[in-house]
Amino acid sequence: MAETNINHYAAKDFKSDQEVRWCPGCGDHGILASLQKTLAELDIPKEKYVFVSGIGCSSRLPYYMNTYGFHGIHGRAAAIATGIKIANPDLMVWEMTGDGDALAIGGNHYIHAIRRNIDIKIILFNNEIYGLTKGQYSPTSKKGLTTKTSPYGTIEEPFKIGELTIGANGRFFARTVDYNLQLSNEVYKEAAKFHGTAVVEVIQNCVIFNDGTHDAFTSKENRDDNTITLRHGEKMIFGKNRDKGIILKDLKLRVVKIGENGITEKDILTHDAHEPNPGIHYRLAGMSLPEYPVALGVIRAISAQTYDAAMMEQHERVQARSKIRTVDELLRSGSTWEVK
Amino acid sequence: MGKRSKVIEKDAVVIRFSGDSGDGMQLTGTLFSNTSALFGHDISTFPDYPAEIRAPQGTVGGVSGFQVHIGHKLINTPGDFTDILVAMNPAAIRANARWLRKGSTIIYDSDNFTEKSIQRAGYKADPFAEDKLDSMNLIAAPISTLVKEALKDMEIDPKTVLRTKNMFALGMVYWLFDSKLKYTEDFIEEKFGKKPLVAEANSKVLRAGYYYGETIEALTPSYRVDPAPIRKGTYRNINGNQATAWGVLAAAEKAGLKLFIGSYPITPATGVLEELALRKDMGVKSLQAEDEIAGICTSIGASFAGRMAVTSTSGPGLALKSEALNLAVMTELPLVVIDVQRGGPSTGLPTKTEQSDLWQALYGRNGESPVPVIAAGTPSDCFWFGFEAAKIAVEHMTPVILLTDSYLANGSEPWRIPSTKDLPPITVPYAVKTDKEFLAYERDPVTLARKWAIPGTPGLEHRVGGLEKTVKGSVSYTPENHEYMVKIRDEKVERIVKEVPDLKVLGKKTGDLLVIGWGSSYGHITTAVTELQQEGYAVSAAVFNYIRPLPKNTAKVFAGFDKLVVCELNTGQFANYLRMKHQKYTYNQYNKIQGLPFTVKEIKDYCVKLLKGKKNG
Ligand code: SF4
Repeated sequence: MAETNINHYAAKDFKSDQEVRWCPGCGDHGILASLQKTLAELDIPKEKYVFVSGIGCSSRLPYYMNTYGFHGIHGRAAAIATGIKIANPDLMVWEMTGDGDALAIGGNHYIHAIRRNIDIKIILFNNEIYGLTKGQYSPTSKKGLTTKTSPYGTIEEPFKIGELTIGANGRFFARTVDYNLQLSNEVYKEAAKFHGTAVVEVIQNCVIFNDGTHDAFTSKENRDDNTITLRHGEKMIFGKNRDKGIILKDLKLRVVKIGENGITEKDILTHDAHEPNPGIHYRLAGMSLPEYPVALGVIRAISAQTYDAAMMEQHERVQARSKIRTVDELLRSGSTWEVK
Repeated sequence: MGKRSKVIEKDAVVIRFSGDSGDGMQLTGTLFSNTSALFGHDISTFPDYPAEIRAPQGTVGGVSGFQVHIGHKLINTPGDFTDILVAMNPAAIRANARWLRKGSTIIYDSDNFTEKSIQRAGYKADPFAEDKLDSMNLIAAPISTLVKEALKDMEIDPKTVLRTKNMFALGMVYWLFDSKLKYTEDFIEEKFGKKPLVAEANSKVLRAGYYYGETIEALTPSYRVDPAPIRKGTYRNINGNQATAWGVLAAAEKAGLKLFIGSYPITPATGVLEELALRKDMGVKSLQAEDEIAGICTSIGASFAGRMAVTSTSGPGLALKSEALNLAVMTELPLVVIDVQRGGPSTGLPTKTEQSDLWQALYGRNGESPVPVIAAGTPSDCFWFGFEAAKIAVEHMTPVILLTDSYLANGSEPWRIPSTKDLPPITVPYAVKTDKEFLAYERDPVTLARKWAIPGTPGLEHRVGGLEKTVKGSVSYTPENHEYMVKIRDEKVERIVKEVPDLKVLGKKTGDLLVIGWGSSYGHITTAVTELQQEGYAVSAAVFNYIRPLPKNTAKVFAGFDKLVVCELNTGQFANYLRMKHQKYTYNQYNKIQGLPFTVKEIKDYCVKLLKGKKNG
């Protein structure tokens, strides 16, 4: 298989023959569409993709993708994906997961995959609810949310996925919105090109059990003023009139208006996704309403050795030193004796 | 070396090194075993140590022991009773008193028998009188004093000086057997190569111990155990965990696959992971996962991607892995799950042996979950059954559970090194691209195994997962499809029986009593039955390695005997399994649940009782 050939795939080449069973209007449809479009644009043979998932609405996605796929068990997608990638680093492994799957039952695997920097792409559908089990609160549900298992409102603080990820030494973190196909496509491509664990949080709407939970920054009337799309090397400017920006003052991010109080475009921060110090990325990823707009785009992307590459390197080092290659040689290594 | 006034010739001798967990008894025992094996003895070892790395000093609970049985005849067990006990403190006497044979030799560090330490061990004043050991051959050696004396001219700290005490004791035992010191001296040199002073101190003390034995020679007889009549070949010592690891590695090589192990440290299974982690030179990829579940899940992922996948654990870990194990059942991917059993339930007795995970292995999962289960019988046997587990897994596209236990894992024996060309071939059921659509669950008509389609292969893209599937691989909740798939997964595992070798009978095919066991009781059962046969009883033995499926001749073997007794280290899990599978027979049970292996004597006593003393004819 010549890998350098343009494969001329179309998005439809990645559609499987399975009927898509998500609820009509669910944000997952958009995620599937933009992923299929992304794969068609990447120059990688189809058989090299493996889509792995856990359990939940998000985790049905591999069935709809005409690639190798593994629908795992609840919470374990990151571990299964890790095994696949280590076994064959030639494969491009995508993990489809949700806020319940990755951050509750699978929290341990999630942070350890990130810590190791295994080269997998984690697409985390964040709808702040358990959909498949019909509406219970999740680790990202807003405090106070009333659900079937929190009939009087939750009393838990939610995780912020960006903070958790960067806190676990995440090297790549991006955020997009389910319906924003263009931004999603851009972000997925960046994730695909990145070497290491790439986490993309997708702000996803569950029309059935948590409809509109993200509206404050995703609805048509709010999105321009309440989100900021970060791009490496570009100024952090946002707003309907592109007159707002972000500055760093007294160790704190602040939203300012360009033209007010002597602020000019020059004063606005320029996004550096490649800055190794996680401090600024942590703050950008943690920005939330009402004080800040929600950051979209690639927030952090710093290069570091991947786990799979480190393993290959170690193998080469050990092989250069050791003479043992076969089981026969192994069995006869160390202290043995002859009985005549 | 000095002349000897009194030499006892023996067929077999059991030696036990016993002291605090910090006294280095495991190392001392291992060095003695290796020296004996090199001389040509057959040996069997049994390390027995507390769960705590440094348990309270001087207490019975903190005693760490290493027993080795050396012989001129073939040795199948580490021995019931001790002939020579090396006791570094009074607690070691207390812990071992009941296992001493009459007329045993006890070598003890008299410096350590202070009033305080005697009381700490639970004695009032005189350990030997209180445990009625006065008539034993007692050798009091002021080891601490002698060690200090031997090293007084060397510039080393007092702590290091006292750490060499075990070498002194070892030296004395070497003198008793007229053994060569070379192996141990080489070992010391290698181990402390970077600290020449420490190496010198250890060697000096080892020799001091040996000469001390010579000096007090008049006090004691020494032993002679001639080499065993062992088959020609190249030998090495091997313990169960190492053998297991090498067995699956041999299977991977035979199958033309690379090995992956995803695992998590747990006593007493960690040795398997450690052994395979060393083998990067052979392309083994090993991952110490974040937990037991990740251990198996990474292995399942690696199996999906085309590696020979292994995960190792013990009882508590197998419990954690059970959901994922079912994922391997459902996705029909090859996977070897090694359960090195220990005393349970819960954390139980982490360092002690038990055969109590049998039901967990057979049944401990949700839904209808057929998994082949096999068990190894001796430390070196673990190699063959590691190989066999992997062969079954790959050829039948199924997870396989291999049961070993703490006794096998830590026990060692000399092993005649096989040549891999003599191992059976392993056929990998790869899927290949044809004109027809690839169906993920299409089966081989004979084995019912599905085909293994490796990601990266063009045209075989498919999806697997934990949801019930059709032959095509689509999700299906259709009632008839589910029943069909449940039954066919079961049938697939049952068909493995065709490759299961017949159950072997030790002794005649008919008789008064058949002693049945499985896995690691092999050595004790066969030794007990051989002795009973020599004493004239019509007894035979059959020890199972294949639990699911059972060998096809099982019922035929059982039918040849008046009575059956199932001996196992649990409350009767295998006996009950046999009651279910072969209902027509009556099964007596002999069970032990003490975290210890059987002794030959207790099996024999039970059999004689069952036979009411009736001998042949
Ligand atoms: S329940 Fe919610 S998340 Fe699940 S498919 Fe329906 S809309 Fe989507």
